[in-house]
Amino acid sequence: MSNKAERTKSIVPIGPYHPLQEEPELFRLHVEGETVVDVDVDIGWNHRGIEKLAESRTWDQVPFLVERICGICSNSHPLAYVQAVEDCAGVEVPERALYIRTLVAELERLHSHLLWVGLAGHFLGYNTVFMWGWKYREPILDIFEELTGNRNHYAMMRPGGVRRDVDESLFPDIHRKLDEVWKQLELIAGAVTDDPVLHARLKGIGVLSREDAIAYSALGPTSRASGVPADIRRNHPYAAYDRLEWKVITTENGDVYDKAIVRVLESFETIKIIRQCLDRMPKGEIDAKMKEVPPGEGIGIAEAPRGEVFHYVRSDGTNSPIRHKVRAPTYMNLPTCKATVIGESITDATIILAAIDPCYCCTERLAVVDADTQKPLMTGKDLVRLSQEKTLRIRKELGL
Amino acid sequence: MDREQIVQQVRDALGDKIKRLHVANPRRVYVTVEPGDVVEATRILHKDLGARFNIASGMQTQTDFEVLYHFAFEEEAPNGVLVTVRVHLDHENPSVDSVVGSVPAARWIEQEMNELLGIEFRNHPEMKRLLLSEDWPKGVYPLRHGKPWEGKVEKKL
Repeated sequence: MSNKAERTKSIVPIGPYHPLQEEPELFRLHVEGETVVDVDVDIGWNHRGIEKLAESRTWDQVPFLVERICGICSNSHPLAYVQAVEDCAGVEVPERALYIRTLVAELERLHSHLLWVGLAGHFLGYNTVFMWGWKYREPILDIFEELTGNRNHYAMMRPGGVRRDVDESLFPDIHRKLDEVWKQLELIAGAVTDDPVLHARLKGIGVLSREDAIAYSALGPTSRASGVPADIRRNHPYAAYDRLEWKVITTENGDVYDKAIVRVLESFETIKIIRQCLDRMPKGEIDAKMKEVPPGEGIGIAEAPRGEVFHYVRSDGTNSPIRHKVRAPTYMNLPTCKATVIGESITDATIILAAIDPCYCCTERLAVVDADTQKPLMTGKDLVRLSQEKTLRIRKELGL
Repeated sequence: MDREQIVQQVRDALGDKIKRLHVANPRRVYVTVEPGDVVEATRILHKDLGARFNIASGMQTQTDFEVLYHFAFEEEAPNGVLVTVRVHLDHENPSVDSVVGSVPAARWIEQEMNELLGIEFRNHPEMKRLLLSEDWPKGVYPLRHGKPWEGKVEKKL
């Protein structure tokens, strides 16, 4: 490599900390000119030792602990955990509890996907979409507050069932709110599919091929956008998913556009599932009243908004697990950035990394640093501006 | 293909590498293999049979170390089966070959088990710290429980 090339090679650190993000992570983008030539991912900035903590909690306390792994998908982890405990103990969960679990899990997916749509809009310079996405998410959080008492951290899951019953007199109002959200989602879906600027920005960008998706064992919308029909709800049915009618959304291209489309279309399916849960909610018990967990082991998996959540527990017959392994979907999805970011332009790096939905508020911490002097050349604001300017440029070229 | 056929397929493909095959319930199967066979066994499940790699879990038991490689068979929805490959490792010197060569997605989790449990993964392409900070003392493993238990041992899985 010539001296000149060495001088133009810079490292772009993204992250690791921002007060808003729940998953601190550091990407080091090695860039030559505007092209990303390599990427290092560094995690572990906020390792909280939850697996170790779980060993000192009782079976019934652990759901409250794992609920706090993630603030956005705070139902997925407890759900996978209680399924692992039930798998170990061989417990049958009452029908009504299964429907309530499905209801809470899908409401969570809806608010999480809307949150992502908003963030993606912001990175692309569509701040209206950001405002819309977050505004339309608000009624979902209101539904949560009515149903569970909390806007987040619902504390609904317990081994053997759910912790509290839902009030059926709220259902008509939830239907009304979902009608509104459906209309608003149609608006967003129309805006994404009809906008030539978005096509130019997102199509063919950050492609994850089907082969790479399988090799990296990618999960959730990240793999479904690459044509892999991996959906735990369909492949390993749990809760009430096998009793309801809904479709697994897959697309073929694996680019950022497809990842966005999968999430938007999936949100419609989610509303269908919620409606069916409300209409078909069976009467009866909500808790199998587990007394003890016998020695043995169990695995619980659940489809979180970002992909499969995996929990493994080992019991020795006492009142707490002797081993509790947790694997969140981003753990598998994050390494796919090796396949998607390299070779792309730095203006597209923000949206490609955001496309796997890694709770990505840390992009505000983006900075371009001169590799020799370590002095910042550009800040996070500059990079978001670069991305937004590219959208404006395309818009002008298209005469819009 | 129903769940029983998937289990039979695993049984046939792994052949005499199986030390013990335990069907805990139709959705969960545990296969114990020798540490020397783990690379081949995981390759067969992941590459030949096309199972998705979920993750691996490491743990210290009362008498030894265990590494569990979890695979999902889900070609035939809704008959998904989770097949777990289990190896028992020596308590004094827990060491096993890395499976990253045929299961690339295992790269991070082997780093993680190495730093949290002190299990050595031979031939791992890049064995560096993943979660713990660089100044964490060497030889201190947060998820270890201490010395082997000398009393009555629970039933081995």
